[in-house]
Amino acid sequence: MADLTQPAGSAAVTDSGRVPTVVVDDVHVIYRIHKGATGGTTPVSALKRIVSRTTAPTIREVHAVKGVSFTAYEGEAIGLIGSNGSGKSTLLRAIAGLLPPARGAVYTQGQPSLLGVNAALLNDLSGERNVVLGCLAMGMPPEEVKRLAPEIIEFSGINERGDFASLPMRTYSSGMGARLRFAISSAKKHDVLLIDEALATGDRKFRARSEQRVRELRDSAGTVFLVSHSIGSIRDTCERTIWLESGVLKMDGPTQEVCDAYENQK
Amino acid sequence: MANTAVADPDSGLTRAQLAQRYGLRVAGERPPLAEYARRLWAYRHFMTAYSRAKVASSLSNTQLGQLWQVLTPLTNAAVYYLIFGVILSQHRSVSNFIAYLCTGVFIFMFTQTAVQNGTSAITGNLGLIRALQFPRAALPITVTLVQLQQLLMSMIVLAAIVLFTGEPITFRWLLIAPMLLLQTIFNVGLTMVMARLGSKVTDLKQVMPFVMRTWLYASGVLYPVSLFREHLPNWAASVLEWNPPLVFIELARYSLLDSHQANLVSSPLRLWALGLFWAVVMGIGGFVYFWRGEEEYGRG
Repeated sequence: MADLTQPAGSAAVTDSGRVPTVVVDDVHVIYRIHKGATGGTTPVSALKRIVSRTTAPTIREVHAVKGVSFTAYEGEAIGLIGSNGSGKSTLLRAIAGLLPPARGAVYTQGQPSLLGVNAALLNDLSGERNVVLGCLAMGMPPEEVKRLAPEIIEFSGINERGDFASLPMRTYSSGMGARLRFAISSAKKHDVLLIDEALATGDRKFRARSEQRVRELRDSAGTVFLVSHSIGSIRDTCERTIWLESGVLKMDGPTQEVCDAYENQK
Repeated sequence: MANTAVADPDSGLTRAQLAQRYGLRVAGERPPLAEYARRLWAYRHFMTAYSRAKVASSLSNTQLGQLWQVLTPLTNAAVYYLIFGVILSQHRSVSNFIAYLCTGVFIFMFTQTAVQNGTSAITGNLGLIRALQFPRAALPITVTLVQLQQLLMSMIVLAAIVLFTGEPITFRWLLIAPMLLLQTIFNVGLTMVMARLGSKVTDLKQVMPFVMRTWLYASGVLYPVSLFREHLPNWAASVLEWNPPLVFIELARYSLLDSHQANLVSSPLRLWALGLFWAVVMGIGGFVYFWRGEEEYGRG
């Protein structure tokens, strides 16, 4: 493992004058997946499984993140790259405190907010109501919600094709839903914002706006993590990039270097 | 990976020390109980808005819409009346059986639905839980608030039924408010217990209907409570007098039904004491139990 992590921890982490916001210390995340009743689909086989106490095959362990360490500082935007299943999203969840590390620890300043494409709101409710609920769920006071709600809908751009804000969210296209979710989550100033592929679903115009918003969030002394398969948007928004492969930190450094290495490897 | 513990080449601190120096906290850490309660209070606007939204959306794809809030309790009462009042009509001992039955059904349903929906309070909101960090106790409380809004509708129906069947309006009617307060606190606690259990034991949802059915029969909803003393061994009847839904139902009957005063399962004072006891024990116990599992919700 040592040779893999060698390039890590160079240029981007030497500046010790800055304030760390996220410290990831040798984190291992192990998923325990309940495969459900896979021991056969009939009641008899389910009973057999219980009687013979062979519960083991229904639970499988997936070692998704294997000993990742890094420190993120105030005002940084960090891209996370790596092939599918390399543990990027899992790492974000661990940073958000939503998955417990099996070993190691994650220390954060304030409460990190995870923004993913599958962060479900209430699909039966209108977009407007989802905005209000989402903001309240982030802990905003009601007066501020009232003030910000029109801005959020405006930013999401869901009203560009008629009055969609008053329609139930289940009628939205996946892109519109993702845009609204991003608009809601980014309305609040987060100490640490974790973005999981959320920008990929929007159209070009929205992508430009949301990249602008990410830069603003970062400038207001927050730290932004961005998981994306679009190397372009990582290059545009992040100055530091972490490359994960099979749950192991392969490279950590300036975006230019890491992205070049990542693209050359393919 | 020999030197991964050293975070900063300049200072030589380990990562844990570095985190401590800048006051960073372990992600997803469970706050102390008082702090947790304080945070939960800060989320009161979220809970009321969420419960109102849930009530609005729950019936949004039915034709009659919010009318079902009144129709559901009415239909329920009608079905039970048909079976226990007309077909089996054997309860001549209860002077106003319709009002007696409806009070029991509505008050019991408040606890029943709270328990049933509480079981899925965590599992049904995984999207929200995995996306946002907030005190998870907000979810079971929301479940109870939704039930409370529906109960208030049932109470209006109940008041009409009680008046229609010839009960007088007395000052005791005012006592329904403190009684519902006690039951609500009890329900919040119970919902939190069920929410934590339901998030771990996913089979619970299949079992709960049977548990609730049994509980219904043990709560003196469908027949006169005097049957307990007549048919059960003495100790069993004494145990059943502690049954929380029975206590709340009898308190409601005490408040609303003038005809039931002589047949209460135990004295009003004792009923109030038991009601208060259950509200405090379940309210605090449920909250502490739920808080202890705070870090586990939404994982796996």
